[in-house]
Amino acid sequence: MESILAIFPPELLRILISGILVIALVFLNGLVMVYFERKLAGYMQYRCGLMEIGWQGVLQSLVDGIKLISKRLVIPKNVDGPLYRIAPLLAFTPVVLPFLVVPFGKHLQVRDLNVGLIFVMAMGSLNVMAIFMAGWSSNNKYSMFGAMRTVAQNIAYEIPILLSLLSVVLVTNTFSMSGIVDAQSGGSWFILLQPVAFLIYLVAGVAETNRAPFDLPEAESELTAGFHTEYSGIAFGLFFLGEYANMLTVSCVATTLFLGGWHGPWEEYFGTLWFFLKAYSIMFFMIWIRWTFPRVRFDQLMNLAWKYLIPFALVNLLVTAAAVKFLPLIFV
Amino acid sequence: MGGYFSDLIEGGKSLASGLAVTFKAMISPVVTVQYPREKIEITPNFRGHIELTLDAEQRIKCIACGMCEKSCPSGCINVISEKKEGEKKKSLTSFMLNFTKCSLCGICCESCPADAIRYSNEYNLAGFTREDFIMDLVKRLEDKK
Repeated sequence: MESILAIFPPELLRILISGILVIALVFLNGLVMVYFERKLAGYMQYRCGLMEIGWQGVLQSLVDGIKLISKRLVIPKNVDGPLYRIAPLLAFTPVVLPFLVVPFGKHLQVRDLNVGLIFVMAMGSLNVMAIFMAGWSSNNKYSMFGAMRTVAQNIAYEIPILLSLLSVVLVTNTFSMSGIVDAQSGGSWFILLQPVAFLIYLVAGVAETNRAPFDLPEAESELTAGFHTEYSGIAFGLFFLGEYANMLTVSCVATTLFLGGWHGPWEEYFGTLWFFLKAYSIMFFMIWIRWTFPRVRFDQLMNLAWKYLIPFALVNLLVTAAAVKFLPLIFV
Repeated sequence: MGGYFSDLIEGGKSLASGLAVTFKAMISPVVTVQYPREKIEITPNFRGHIELTLDAEQRIKCIACGMCEKSCPSGCINVISEKKEGEKKKSLTSFMLNFTKCSLCGICCESCPADAIRYSNEYNLAGFTREDFIMDLVKRLEDKK
């Protein structure tokens, strides 16, 4: 055993193990969330949801995954081959990477980058390109519409996300994820200090994950699944998995920046548990609004971003900046 | 700027009340009946295909008068009877119902002078051919016994 370990430098081992763990987390999150989403959707409509496979249908998402993997990949005749094949991979890869910088616990973080938050945001915006590539290369007008919509939507909603996160960064003076968590020790969570930024981030974050009520890029009833109409089998599965991983990214960022990360009672022992509890309650909220509100119209979507979220985020940022600058002068 | 903030407040209120609706639905009990595993009581108003009734001594009440056959607007009932030797009354040999034409109007049940026809509670009707639904009600009654 010693000799095997000696071949690999410890840094390489660390990268391998953390990479495997992060990918496992993404897949596990997909399995669990698909189950809970369908179950909760059932209960919100007075139904039972999944019941058939396993106790209360717990094995359903596993069986669905096996079905998707074993299905043949149908590639239509007139698609743009290379782009069409790369798009699902590109939709999946960037959504795995943000988990490398998320502090799941006091010592449970792969890399504490000093630009962690920027890294997460950069990877988040890559997802748009994957969706655009998928829609463009499908050579199908509905997929194209979906792709165009996703670009317009994500450009509009990335601005309020960045502005609202920036107002937290102004307070903490660091982009490092664990630095931001450290700044919230002792129960001073930033949701109390920046409630407006939290609300703006939550609304824009749901829009960023392309989920109902902002699911215009897929819009089953208008665009027949939009950008992933032409994808079958595991290519579709990767888009699907990417969506759930994106949800988890948004929840993790919200937990880290606004809900105190792993802080909570007995945080030395239950820190990670607190983190996941907070992240998954935000996931629950996302599912809740998905099964409550109808899809918005496109002009309503744009109005919400440009007329409400961005001005409010800007004002919030200005007030925060002024407070950070002048309050210490008054109180010290 | 007219209505900028009032839109925000009104919209927020309606979103919150919408969330309350689904949350209440989520915590209230489900209404789905897991059909093959659990079944619910059939209401007395349920109209299945018609069936013959028995009297206290387990004999068919039908007196083979043929009123139902005459009153049926779709002509889907065919009562066949014979007069056995040594008996005063006619006795029923077969009571054919063509359920493919029956509209469940119930005039046969109303017209019956002997109260010999009623709606059954049978809702699991399935068959492979049309002929499966031309039923002999006497035979069906005996099979049920």
